[in-house]
Parts: sequence; C-alpha cells; structure tokens
Amino acid sequence: MALEKFSYDNEIVRKFTIATVIWGLVGMLVGLLIATQLFAPALNFNIPFLTFGRIRPLHTNAVIFAFVGNAIFMGVYYSLQRLCKARMFSDMLSNIHFWGWQLIIVAAAITLPLGLTTSKEYAELEWPIDIMIALVWIAFGINMFGTIIKRREKHMYVAIWFYIATWVTVTVLHVVNSIEIPVSFLKSYPIYAGVQDALVQWWYGHNAVAFFLTTPYLGLMYYFLPKAANRPVYSYKLSIVHFWSLVFLYIWAGPHHLLYSALPDWAQSLGTVFSIMLIAPSWGGMINGLLTLRGAWDRVRENPILKFMVVAVTAYGMATFEGPMLSLKNVNAIAHFTDWIIAHVHVGALGWNGFLTFGILYWLVPKLWKTNLYSNKLANFHFWIGFLGIVFYAFSMWFSGITQSLMWKQFTPLGVLQYPNFLETVLQIVPMYIIRMIGGTLYFVGIIAMVYNLVKTANQGSFAKEEPAEAPALEKFKDPLKRGVIHRFLEGKPVIFIGLTFIVIIIASVFEFVPMFLIKSNVPTIASVKPYTPLELQGRDIYIREACNSCHSQLVRPFRSETERYGEYSKAGEYVYDHPFLWGSKRTGPDLHRIGGKYPNLWHYLHMENPSSMSPGSLMPSYPWLLSNNLNTSTTESKINAMRSIGVPYTEGYEKVANDDLQKQAEQIAADLQNAGAPVDPNKEIIALIAYLQRLGTDIKANPVTTVQTGK
Amino acid sequence: MFKEVLQSIEGVEFYTIVSMMIFILFFVGMIIWLLKVDKKYIKTMSELPLEEDNNEFSNLTGGTK
Repeated sequence: MALEKFSYDNEIVRKFTIATVIWGLVGMLVGLLIATQLFAPALNFNIPFLTFGRIRPLHTNAVIFAFVGNAIFMGVYYSLQRLCKARMFSDMLSNIHFWGWQLIIVAAAITLPLGLTTSKEYAELEWPIDIMIALVWIAFGINMFGTIIKRREKHMYVAIWFYIATWVTVTVLHVVNSIEIPVSFLKSYPIYAGVQDALVQWWYGHNAVAFFLTTPYLGLMYYFLPKAANRPVYSYKLSIVHFWSLVFLYIWAGPHHLLYSALPDWAQSLGTVFSIMLIAPSWGGMINGLLTLRGAWDRVRENPILKFMVVAVTAYGMATFEGPMLSLKNVNAIAHFTDWIIAHVHVGALGWNGFLTFGILYWLVPKLWKTNLYSNKLANFHFWIGFLGIVFYAFSMWFSGITQSLMWKQFTPLGVLQYPNFLETVLQIVPMYIIRMIGGTLYFVGIIAMVYNLVKTANQGSFAKEEPAEAPALEKFKDPLKRGVIHRFLEGKPVIFIGLTFIVIIIASVFEFVPMFLIKSNVPTIASVKPYTPLELQGRDIYIREACNSCHSQLVRPFRSETERYGEYSKAGEYVYDHPFLWGSKRTGPDLHRIGGKYPNLWHYLHMENPSSMSPGSLMPSYPWLLSNNLNTSTTESKINAMRSIGVPYTEGYEKVANDDLQKQAEQIAADLQNAGAPVDPNKEIIALIAYLQRLGTDIKANPVTTVQTGK
Repeated sequence: MFKEVLQSIEGVEFYTIVSMMIFILFFVGMIIWLLKVDKKYIKTMSELPLEEDNNEFSNLTGGTK
C-alpha cells in the first residue's frame, strides 16, 4: 500500500513546553511565598493582593492548571500525533487551545489577587472565566477527537484512552460544579447550598485530582516511560483492567473529603469504601510502570530521565496508598484539617506530577531540538536536590499535622483541654513550617537548574517546526465484531469509546447525587435557621473575598475535643442558606462556626486591624483595609434577587428595602463600638464582616430546643 | 432546580441500579475477553509507542549516554 507523506506539528509541542516551564516557576515561587507567610506574617505586607488568603488559590491554580495543565497538553500533542500517525486535526484549533489556555491563566492571575473568587477549591475562578475554560476545552476536544478519527494507526494505544477519559470527565466536572447564578460581571452564587454544595464541590475537587492530575499523567506515563526505557510496558492487559476500574471507581470517592461532617453517614461511608477499593487500580498503574523497567534497573542508575520517572511512579504509589488510608474514618479524624493533608497532596504534586514532568522535559527537549541534553550532571543534581526537597517537605508536614492534631485532642486528667488556646498548637509547629519552606526552596533550586539546562540544550540544537513522517493510509474496518469482542471493537470506534466512558462516570455520579438531592431527611431543616440579613450577606462576601476559608473551617466535628473547644457540633440544617458552603479544608486558624457571640464587636474590630494585638504571636495577616474601605451597598439588591432565585426565602420586594435594614444594623454595631471606645463609620466594610462573624452558628444557640423536622 | 429536574424523571431510583448492572456486566465481559485475547494482538499493542521511532532521529538518545 502507498505510503502517505505528512508531518508532525512540533511547534505546538514547543509552545506548551515553554509554557509548562514558565508557569512551573511562577506557581512554585508563589508557593514559596505563602509557605513563608505562614511563619512570617509580615510578608503579607498589609497589601490586600498579597495576603495569604488571596494568593493561596493563585498557587494551587497555577500549579494545577498552569504547570500541570500545560505539561499535559505538551505530552498529549506530542504523543497523540505519533500514536495516531497523523498530524493534529487542525493547526488553528491547536493555537486557539494554546493561547486561550494562557489567557485563562493570566485572567486567573489577575482576578484571584483582586479577591474575585467563588471560594470553591480548585474552582475559584468566576463565571466569565469558567465559560472561557469551557470553550477552550471544547477546542481541545475537537482537535483531539479529530486527530483520533483521521488516524493512520488502526489501534488506539492505552495512553489515548486515558486522554479521552480525561477530556470527557473534566468536561462533566467543570460544567456541574460551575452551575452558578451571576450577580454581576465578576460575582456569582452556586445554585447548591450547604451540604449539597459541599458534596458537589468535593465530587469535583476529588475528581479534579483524579482526572487532571492522575489519568492524563498515567497516559503520559504509558507513552513516555516505555520511550525513555526503550521497552514496551510490562503488561498491556493490566493497563486495560486498571484503566476501566480506575475510571469507574474514582468518581465515587469524593465524600471522603467530608468525613465526620454534616454530610449524611451513608454518603460518607460510600466515599470510604470506594477509596479503599481504589488502591487496586492505582497500584495496578504503579506496578505496571515500575515493572516496565524490569531487567533494566542498571540503566536507572545512569539515566536521570529514568530516575525522575521511577521516583514519580513510586510517589504515585505512595500517595494512592496514603489516600485510602486517610479515607478511613479513624485516620481521617486525626488527619483532616491538618498539615498531613498538605503532605499528602505534595507527595502527589511534587513527586508524581512534578517529577514525571521533569523526566518528560529532559527526554523531549533534546528530541525536539535534535541534540543531546546539555548536561547530564546538572540533571542528576536536579534530581537529588528535588528529591531532598520532597523529603523535607513531606516529613515536616507529616510531623506538623500529627503533632497539632494530637494537641487539639489532648485532655488533662481532669478532663479539660490541655491546650485550650488554639494559638499554642500553631506556635508549636512553626519550626516545621520553616523546614517545609527549606524543602520548597531546594525543590525550586532544582527547577532553576533544569531551566538553565534546557535552555542550553535548546541553544545548542536546532528546532524544526515540522517533522516529516510517512505511514500507510488506514484501511477501513471490514467487520470489527468478528475480530474480537468488546474492547477491540471499541478501540476501533473512538466515538463509542467516548460515549462509554461518559456513561461510566455518569453512573457513579447519579448514584451519589440522586439520593442526596431527593431524600429530604438527608438535610433535616431547623426551624430557627433564618436567611442572612443584608449586612451579614455583604459581610459573608467579604469573608469570601479575603478567602478566610483558606485557613478557617466552619465545621465543628462531633468529637468531644471539638465541642469542648468550639461549642455544639455542626448540623446539616444550619447551612441551608449557605451559597456557597464555607466549610474549608484546613485549620491554620481555629474553626469559626460557633464564633458568633463569643467575643465582643470591639475584639473583632481590633483583631482584624492587627491580630497580634488580641492574640500575641498570631500568624494571621492584618486586614487594615477593611477599616478604611467603604462597603459597596449598590450590590445588595442584585444579591438578594440572586439568592431568592436559588431558593433563599427573602420576601418579594425585600430587595428594595434591604439597604434600609442594612443601614440600621450597621448603625447598631457602630454604636456598640463607639460605646466600647472605638468610633467607626457605620459604612465601613469591617462593620459588615463583624455582623457576619457575630451571626455565625448562632441560629441554634438562640433556640437550642427547636426540634428537628424531617421529611418523608 | 437540579432537584426538580431529577424528580421529574419517572423512576429515577431505578436508573441507578440499572447503571450499576451495566457496569458490572461490562467489567465481567472485559475480563473474559482479556483472558481469551490473542497474545499477538497484545504484543502489537504494547509496542505501539516504540515502533514509530523508525521515522525519528534514531541516532538520538535524549542526551543520556
């Protein structure tokens, strides 16, 4: 059969490669800054755009969507063309995808420090950017499926299935978790509230880890590890089994982020069971990766690329063992809200995603620039200093998490909390924060060495935009069913394959969501829980803008150590008007669900101005601008309207008089502050924030005997 | 909103069971197929990423000597 001549598009791979490196540097530098802020709060500089709460999401978004995102596209655009023996479907779509994605990242880098956030972790970006993400993602999808459909290779290699599963699932996750009601151009409220919002968010959050940080990287592993080792994958059959079980099981595990929360028990248990089952397919992937090197371990000693990949796959195995362990309720009771979780995600991010990316970069850049790597020695240096960085990082955070958790739970023989002052448990772990920063610095130094090495490599080589190739045209399938059932049929039919993947993930999601949304008893209503007043609502949005939830949870778990410290444990019915939920996932500071009424208004006023005036040694940043900024009350009407449209029972027409109520309440608080000796203009933002904080968790305090009314 | 949409589907609880069954049957089918599949086919598949090396600059080893 005649060979067709065509060429691979290396230019798009080069673009994504450069973007990966640049955003990696940016994302990790921001990470270093926030790690340092945790023990040196002066580095918040009293500037709103640089406070921890606002730039922590910048770090997570930059690392996940900018660094890892671009690395995924770099690997997919390189490997997909070669596995399909075809050029990308459309150069124009490739470029729309590239520039669109960079534009989204820039939009995130601008809006997040401005405090424009939805507060939902890893989905902080506001609705116009959500729409941009959807459009760019669709361009990527058309480009990828177009390439698959016009391919010259009959079979679809397993890496491609992972890419397909990634695309399909991320599409579903992004759409479902981003359903929100716009209030203004850059502000929205999610349609879900409280417990249901939490369930949707962690279904999203967990699967963002699964289908953005894991499945595409497994695809990359299945392509680049065999390439780097120059031998086929250990077991192709294992890859098939582990693919389908991973795709099916992952979707269910989200509720393990909400153990001991107000989420119904059955949903929590579901999350635990599926998390434990996940060990099997995860380790299937790890074993397949490591055993690919069987009989070639001598080469690992000499080849820095293989070293990076081996550590990456091992880190994947460790993180996917640790994850299910953390999903056990008794382990979670200790680990949740602490630095243990930070250690866990960084073993994944620094080890699995980071090191696999570095391995691929060291392999790919010399290939693209047709030369040898500038310095093997420097790559080895990068490997060791990066590895050391991970060790410092993970161990300090494991120690810190367990230490703090045990201190939270420690009672004296008389039965009272041994460390009733939360701050004491924070100051105890400050040395660990310093060690973590050192670990991060080591890792970062390694990346700088890599950048130098790669730039030198590129400079000594010559890059060709087009790489000529030839392959016979694909013969049409005659009768696919006769040649083998199910899978061989499927891999010949990418469209059916896509559909099936879609069905598999939808099945699990439906199973998880339907009962949660339909059975009323899952969220028992509490009669005394009322919607927020307009001033509290505005205060809540300031709380969201400053991302207080980055460090403070609003969820008292039903443990004696927590009810002693904070007060009554949190009930599902208390959150029914919380759009969005603000449970948080980390307690760098104490829980705030029962903060209402605990301190006088003056305490909050002085504390926000300078936290260490009220809590000497506090690591919380100061928020002086809240005392000088005027509250924008022009948004009250649209906020009340938006809330009513998603089910919060404000009466018709209330939006017109809401600002009168707001003013009245603000004046009361200002008068109280004045009496206490702090004259404040009632129109300042601080008044709204105090109103919200004083309201938190008080609904059931006011009327604790209210009976729980359950539905059928 | 989401709730109303779901409630309007008749017998929505039933769908969850059906979907579960579809998956289990699919999974079992896949295992059976894997046990019976032609070894040659598996070998070809696993060598896919390596074979296109012929078209590439085979004198290069990615800088590892």
